[in-house]
Amino acid sequence: MSIALAFPRPARRPSYRLRQVLTEAGSVLLGVVLLIWSLLPVYNMLLIALDPEEGEIEFAGNLWPAEPSLDGFRDVVTQEARYLEDFWHQFGNSVYIGLSTMVLTVLIGSLASFAVSRLRLSKSSLLTNTALLTYAIPASFLIVPYYRIMHGYGLSDNLWAVIAAQVTFATPFAILILQLYASFIPLELDDSARVDGASPIQMYLRIYLPLMVPALAVVGIYALLLAWNDYLYQAVLLSPRNMTVSMTQGQLFADIDAEWNAMMAAAIIYVLPPIALLFALRRYVAASFTMVSARA
Amino acid sequence: MSTEQLLAVAPRLSPRGSGRPPGRGHLRRSNFRWAVAFVAPYAAVFFAFVVHPFGYALWMASKPSLYADLINDPLYLPTVFNTLLFVGLGVNIKMFLALLLSGFFLRRRWWIRALLAFYVLPWLIAAAQACISFHWMLQQQGLVDGLLSAFFGIDGPIWFNDRWLAVGANIVAYIWKWMPFWTVIFLAARMTISRDIYDSAAVDGATGVRRFVHVTFPLLANLYLVCTLISTLWTLGDFTTVFVVSGGGPGGYSDVLATLGFHYAFDTYRPALGVAAVMSALPVLIPIVIVLMRRYQSREVHL
Repeated sequence: MSIALAFPRPARRPSYRLRQVLTEAGSVLLGVVLLIWSLLPVYNMLLIALDPEEGEIEFAGNLWPAEPSLDGFRDVVTQEARYLEDFWHQFGNSVYIGLSTMVLTVLIGSLASFAVSRLRLSKSSLLTNTALLTYAIPASFLIVPYYRIMHGYGLSDNLWAVIAAQVTFATPFAILILQLYASFIPLELDDSARVDGASPIQMYLRIYLPLMVPALAVVGIYALLLAWNDYLYQAVLLSPRNMTVSMTQGQLFADIDAEWNAMMAAAIIYVLPPIALLFALRRYVAASFTMVSARA
Repeated sequence: MSTEQLLAVAPRLSPRGSGRPPGRGHLRRSNFRWAVAFVAPYAAVFFAFVVHPFGYALWMASKPSLYADLINDPLYLPTVFNTLLFVGLGVNIKMFLALLLSGFFLRRRWWIRALLAFYVLPWLIAAAQACISFHWMLQQQGLVDGLLSAFFGIDGPIWFNDRWLAVGANIVAYIWKWMPFWTVIFLAARMTISRDIYDSAAVDGATGVRRFVHVTFPLLANLYLVCTLISTLWTLGDFTTVFVVSGGGPGGYSDVLATLGFHYAFDTYRPALGVAAVMSALPVLIPIVIVLMRRYQSREVHL
């Protein structure tokens, strides 16, 4: 920009102004198209959720429901909707799975990445490769063996079966990101701590973890969202006794007469926490995106 | 599945200390014990929940007769073709549009910044919930049919009664859900390209389309390739979109391998056949994994 200011601008061709206007009009048009594209399914969720009639999924031609009502939301919150009698229990299960996945992923990932990047474990590339390999296996391909082995581990119909699966698929990413972030922390810090007689566990707790907080936050969000987004593993590994919100949504597919306004209201309530979380922590996430692509 | 992907951009990981003088990087025996102890939880998870299930899957899918059963199933080959379409079109359209749109979001206008917040919304909405909305939108008298008749006066088709419309609906829903994520990745990468490069390119007359073809794209080509490969793996394993949006309709003719395997295993109670169905994607999966690993290891490629 400064260069453009320092030198006199070349004489404008007559078409310059026209082209500028056209570009601007084009980007406004594109913006409108993108807005509609992004929001149409969200808008559809709201339309269904705000409809006073229970089973209504049809579009009557009004861009906004003639009599929007919060009955759907009320039925969810008070647990009066069919299939959602235990909504808060199901929500609790979802939160339990999400938070446990988050804590375990951060713990296991940070321990492993500490060993590899700070203790200079000689076979570190082996660990990176196993992480990459796991990362490349599509989770859905392993659902049948998981179903079997969880039974073998005595975890059938147990929330911990889902947590174990989610931690397994979240840890590789955690290790890769944490290793990247750790490479920005000077090793001299460790050396001076070692001279002062700090044991590895003290170095991990007092130096590594505090300095890694931004990366740990990103990894934690990632694990939480992975578990929150999961449908397949919860649907297969858990029974109706241990239902989660995600499962109720899918199970009802067969039932045309379900109270869809309440179901959509439940879906909206379910998708809000991750959105809120991500917007609250957007600085960390944006920083990690830039950090990572700065290396590109 | 969702944010799950920040890593897409994970850079090449350089093992710390490999370039350091010998002696400094030497592990003392006690340090080695500590290191093993720190890695142990991850190793335990890896063996119990990756090696064990994967080995189990290979064992389940090892009987050759299973593959004869697959070929004889009239649904199998259409499913393979659907998977190719779903992955081929879904990934490439999504990545290419994401690359172009990242340029749009780079423009410095307040309303474009605000738009980005709405644009990333699909990525933040849980997949199953978003796909249910798509499913209802495309039902008869759903939102799409309503809009079609309101604006164009035509009756929409019965979307999930036609194989190609159903596959197309799955692909569109998939692109809707995941394009924002990759756009953000490319946007972040574009932001790191220095303005000086563009300024000197402009002096040489490279502006507009020519700037994109000769400057921006070559700089992002590596990232684009690796992201496309990673996205291919994930799309191959995508279960929720197809399972929820079209539900495999009509009659299983819009299924992909992941959903077909699920139906074999849990609807017709033939788990081994279900594993064999997804394992038949290995010939595509393994080369991609090898290419990715090599890219991570070779020095010159930084993702």
